[in-house]
Amino acid sequence: MNLGERFPQGVVRDERPGYSGWIVDSSLLPNVAQTLRREEGFDYLSSVTGVDYLPEDLFETVYHVYRTGGGPGEIIKVRTPRGRPVLPSLTSIYPGAEFQEREIWDLFGIQFDGHPDLRRILLWEGFSGHPLRKDWREPMYEEETKPFGARWPEGRRNGPPDRAFTRPADALAPGGWEADDDRALYAALENEAGGRPEALQTEFLMVNLGPQHPSTHGVFRVAALLDGETVVNLKPVMGYLHRCHEKIGERNTFPGNIPFTDRLDYLTSLSNNFGYVLAVETLMGIRPPERAEYLRVILAELTRIVSHLWSIGFLLNDLGAFFTPALYAIEERELVVDIFEAVTGSRMMCNFFRFGGLARDIDAGTVEAIRALVEERLPGKVDQLDAYLTGNEIVQARCAGVGILPREKALAYSAAGPVLRASGVPYDVRKAEPYSVYDRFEWDVACRGGCDVYDRYLVRMDEIRQSIRIIRQALRALPAGPVQTGKPQFQPRVPPGEAYGRVEGPKGELGFYVVSTGRPNPWRYHVRAPSFINLTGMAEMCRGGKVADVVAVLGSIDIILGETDR
Amino acid sequence: MTEETLHDPQIPLPDNLLGRIAVTSIDRIYNWGRRNSVWPMMFGLACCAIEMICTQASRFDKSRFGMEIMRPSPRQSDLLIIAGTVTKKMTPTIVRLYDQMAEPKYVIAMGACASGGGPFREGYNVVPGIDQVLPVDVYIPGCPPTPQALLNGLMELQKVISSQSWRTSPWYRRGPREIPVPQLGPDLVVEPRPQNFPKTKERGT
Repeated sequence: MNLGERFPQGVVRDERPGYSGWIVDSSLLPNVAQTLRREEGFDYLSSVTGVDYLPEDLFETVYHVYRTGGGPGEIIKVRTPRGRPVLPSLTSIYPGAEFQEREIWDLFGIQFDGHPDLRRILLWEGFSGHPLRKDWREPMYEEETKPFGARWPEGRRNGPPDRAFTRPADALAPGGWEADDDRALYAALENEAGGRPEALQTEFLMVNLGPQHPSTHGVFRVAALLDGETVVNLKPVMGYLHRCHEKIGERNTFPGNIPFTDRLDYLTSLSNNFGYVLAVETLMGIRPPERAEYLRVILAELTRIVSHLWSIGFLLNDLGAFFTPALYAIEERELVVDIFEAVTGSRMMCNFFRFGGLARDIDAGTVEAIRALVEERLPGKVDQLDAYLTGNEIVQARCAGVGILPREKALAYSAAGPVLRASGVPYDVRKAEPYSVYDRFEWDVACRGGCDVYDRYLVRMDEIRQSIRIIRQALRALPAGPVQTGKPQFQPRVPPGEAYGRVEGPKGELGFYVVSTGRPNPWRYHVRAPSFINLTGMAEMCRGGKVADVVAVLGSIDIILGETDR
Repeated sequence: MTEETLHDPQIPLPDNLLGRIAVTSIDRIYNWGRRNSVWPMMFGLACCAIEMICTQASRFDKSRFGMEIMRPSPRQSDLLIIAGTVTKKMTPTIVRLYDQMAEPKYVIAMGACASGGGPFREGYNVVPGIDQVLPVDVYIPGCPPTPQALLNGLMELQKVISSQSWRTSPWYRRGPREIPVPQLGPDLVVEPRPQNFPKTKERGT
């Protein structure tokens, strides 16, 4: 599609070498987005992120949109001067932009006009500065890029400075600041709810679940406004595990980021590796050898099985079946984790994919172990779990019809993975825009139309079976040969340009947006985290339900905090 | 091994009573009981929490060490396992949880992040080690530590408990027992611990 012809004024092709897409004038942004969504069928906003081009003195906001029918996407970019960064918000056209725009405001300080609730999302109100700006420096700042200079040259300590908490020193003088007390959050909740109940002279009740709560799967907080037991409005509060992934990623060298992606969604480290190496391989223009492609698929699908088993076990935990179903799930997970340990040397943080291949080959014994697992052990165990849970009366009572997210809303909120597919949208990146060798296998996209917690559980069950199917075919077709293109490199040369690599992770579409300037470090490194964006629709799922259902809904979205907060 | 038995081997017993009667000291029976009934708090921060859950599950089974159950409430738990990266935004909550635990209480820093910031040390929202705000009894290396490493850390904690004496334990004495809760301002604002707050080393005598 040619946006330049459609909007001759204010839309030009991005001509920089290595870049693609369209540069749109900020005043035209809502029109262009409207055209893309309504007329061209780009109904899925995948990612929104900012880039700070400090030398050119401008911010660029990058939007990636796709069709759920499949095929390549469109990239649109909007520029604002660094001095006065204001953009029109796209939340009315793509509601899925809500949290992502808040994140850009938090980390870049770009304001979005017309955003319903523009507050900080990962950090807290009152934090000084916007950390992803290139001229902002963290308290432990050492150098612009790694590798950092020797910390003990000539026997003297050369940083990091011991000032982790005190920045800037003068702003922390007594009386110079106000502590964050959540007033803005509670005001936003009540505003959106629209007044208090009048008939019985009652009052709304503010309830905080978390950040320390056994059902929130980590340090996650939900602020809910209740009328009796009924949820009137709800807002997820996150950032309690914000580990500055992107800032650290921009200081790291390109290969240095691979172990950090392990720690995003720490249950599915191999799947995260996959997305990042795909993005950088696109930039470098290389492809791994056949054997590596097949091994990548096998490992990524094993990861999906682990993640879904864990998620099903802990959904039941949240429903009140305390720990027993989880024990069944963890038992199977341990078997897969043992394979990861045999292949990569680590149970969880595998750090195994490399640009153009894998870190090392796997031996015949491990291949045999994987085969035994997927042929003999797992299918029976999944059936067993199915027999115990799917027909269970309590599971059905607690899950069926709870946490409804209709098809249109799921698309609008950019939900991904099992959450989207349980709402009747058969959108799976492995089919929509096949990467690696996924187009060579026979498998079906698991999709159901119930839109509720129960169907999200069933979709995960189906996906485990489909993953087993893919692994069987991949094992049968596994070719011999090398697992690395060329020599393994410590410092690969990455040409300048941008790339967006996306894979279907177990939680949903996991995307990596990488900008290279030709130096050893990425200029911009952004993660499109499915567990983060899936939460955009959480208020919609919970509104009108009981407060106990919030826990079930959260369990069915299946968030992992390392990825939500990054 | 002498710490394992209830009977004090320094006290002689007739041969026919050995194994049937235990003569022991207050400290010994007191620590024997406490050491074998440590209840950790069900509190996971990040990746290490997954390995902590696996340690609780059937393959590794933490219950063998008397850590029968994990309690979600700080009021009912004796041990705070800091399993994951400590962020500035989370620090006030962690300190409040620690203050709410009843004495005697212990802290384990599980993994590289909790011990010293780990791979995320230089992050702007990361506290480089929980020992910047809380007194830590045992550090466990690893990223994340395997369940075996966590079990080893728990056994080390049992040694710490065995070495304490009720006569010198700080929790029967007067003095500041609460850690001031840090606040979120332009950055995390941490008040220094009270001057005469017991140090980790003193707690172990």
